[in-house]
Amino acid sequence: MHSMSERAFAMTAGRVTLDRRSILRGVDLTVRPGEVVAIMGANGSGKSTLIRALLGLTPLSGGQTLLYGAPPAKFRDWWRIGYVPQRLAVGGGVPATVGEIVTSGRIARQRRLRFTTAADREAVADALEAVGLADRAADPVQSLSGGQQQRVLIARALAGRPDTYVMDEPTAGVDAATQQLLADTLATLVADGKTIVLVAHELGPLEPLITRGVVVREGLIAHDGPPPQPEGECARPGHEHVHPHAPEVTAAAGPLQGWQGEA
Amino acid sequence: MIDLLGREFFQLALIAALLVGLCAPAVGTFIVQRRLALLGDGIGHVALTGVALGFLTGTAPVLTAVAVAIAGAVAIEVVRARGRTSGDVALALLFYGGIAGGVMLMGIAPGGSNAKLNAYLFGAIASVTRLDIWVIGGLAVAVLLVVGIFGRELFVLCQDEEMAKASGLPVRFLSLLIAVTAALTVVIAMRVVGLLLVSALMVIPVATSQQLTRGFRSTMLLAMLFGVIAAVGGLLVSSQSAKVAPGAAIVLLALLGFVLALGVGKFVRRGRSQETTVSQRRGTSVKEVA
Repeated sequence: MHSMSERAFAMTAGRVTLDRRSILRGVDLTVRPGEVVAIMGANGSGKSTLIRALLGLTPLSGGQTLLYGAPPAKFRDWWRIGYVPQRLAVGGGVPATVGEIVTSGRIARQRRLRFTTAADREAVADALEAVGLADRAADPVQSLSGGQQQRVLIARALAGRPDTYVMDEPTAGVDAATQQLLADTLATLVADGKTIVLVAHELGPLEPLITRGVVVREGLIAHDGPPPQPEGECARPGHEHVHPHAPEVTAAAGPLQGWQGEA
Repeated sequence: MIDLLGREFFQLALIAALLVGLCAPAVGTFIVQRRLALLGDGIGHVALTGVALGFLTGTAPVLTAVAVAIAGAVAIEVVRARGRTSGDVALALLFYGGIAGGVMLMGIAPGGSNAKLNAYLFGAIASVTRLDIWVIGGLAVAVLLVVGIFGRELFVLCQDEEMAKASGLPVRFLSLLIAVTAALTVVIAMRVVGLLLVSALMVIPVATSQQLTRGFRSTMLLAMLFGVIAAVGGLLVSSQSAKVAPGAAIVLLALLGFVLALGVGKFVRRGRSQETTVSQRRGTSVKEVA
């Protein structure tokens, strides 16, 4: 299905400096199509910056990053990417309906001077159905709860029918029912062979879907391999992931290297 | 009034008011959503220098105003995009420079006078010429074309700039486009309500409309309707008395509409929230039964 050499994301020696503060300090990360990668780490570790840099939303101050082989500025196939930001931007207070926001997820597939097509409408209806908001399409997003807004953002990404999803803490501040709904939605995407990179504080119901865990610590990758198992010490909230030989495993660890092997 | 309708100056004034009423809120919806509600004011201040340049060089002021307003809008966008904390101050400097430059150049210009300056600062819709209408009409078509062709992309940009980037939209181009379109709108509205009140027609109808609507598109369309009502209505009101300035009448009428919508909006929203509570309750009871 996917050619083995194709890479969804490939960052080499990625550095990001914001306001003279070093956020990423030399990150190597390659994601192959079909992988389901969880990027984890404490607050301020640089995990959100990492996925934003992978998409070119935050410019690199050193190193390079490629999106399906092209630097973000030269990348053209943006329909392949479904980005789910941490929060819904509400803008200056002009209302927007759930339907309008979800429809905007089609923008990378639409052409100027062309009206919205039947395919657009179908994709939007399917996306709303998938997140259980079909009956709220005409409501202003401002009137929804935080969890519902999170579902709108996911529906917006789904509507574009991308093959690669990049999600920034999709489960943060969301109730258990929404987490489960998200996990079920992701399970169908995974079954379809989609590539998923998500930032998560805790995996919760997403855990069985994750094929690879990447732990970011102080702007460096501290672990890259099978997802950490939430047992014993590791299950404790605020647990520090310490890896004595972390630098050696930064470059695309194999399935049995690292975390589980040591434990 | 019927008497007035037969007079050319009044017909031209009506056309100008209609075009301004349509264009200003259309562009205004995007810039309000983009949190740039004061962009129109900024461009208005800068455009004054353009008007004065016209008098100084003997060119039609409306044309020099277009050129300088576009330059000012691009400068404001560049400052904004760099996102420095001093952006605020940089914008303010640009505004003051625009006004001071306008006043000074106007003084130097042959035939420049305070009366002429006032006509641009506060509008002089009765003195709109045929040339003005051609320029205003052309600009209005350009503005509405931009909204029609790029509206979908501009919505994504103004709603969520990051999302626009992650969708591969030409964010820099679209940002400049919205700034330039705002500049054109300012020039259209300049003769009608004046540079100091231009922004009112870009912002007030949108603020009024969003009290009553649930979506972006409906907000924009309703704002355009309110804009036309305020512009044409204000003109008609002022035509009843030589003492009422049209620009001021238009803006005050728009504000009156806002106050009314505020009240109606509260009423509508209360009805709506009761509606949702009822449907939510029904939803729970269904679940409980199941």
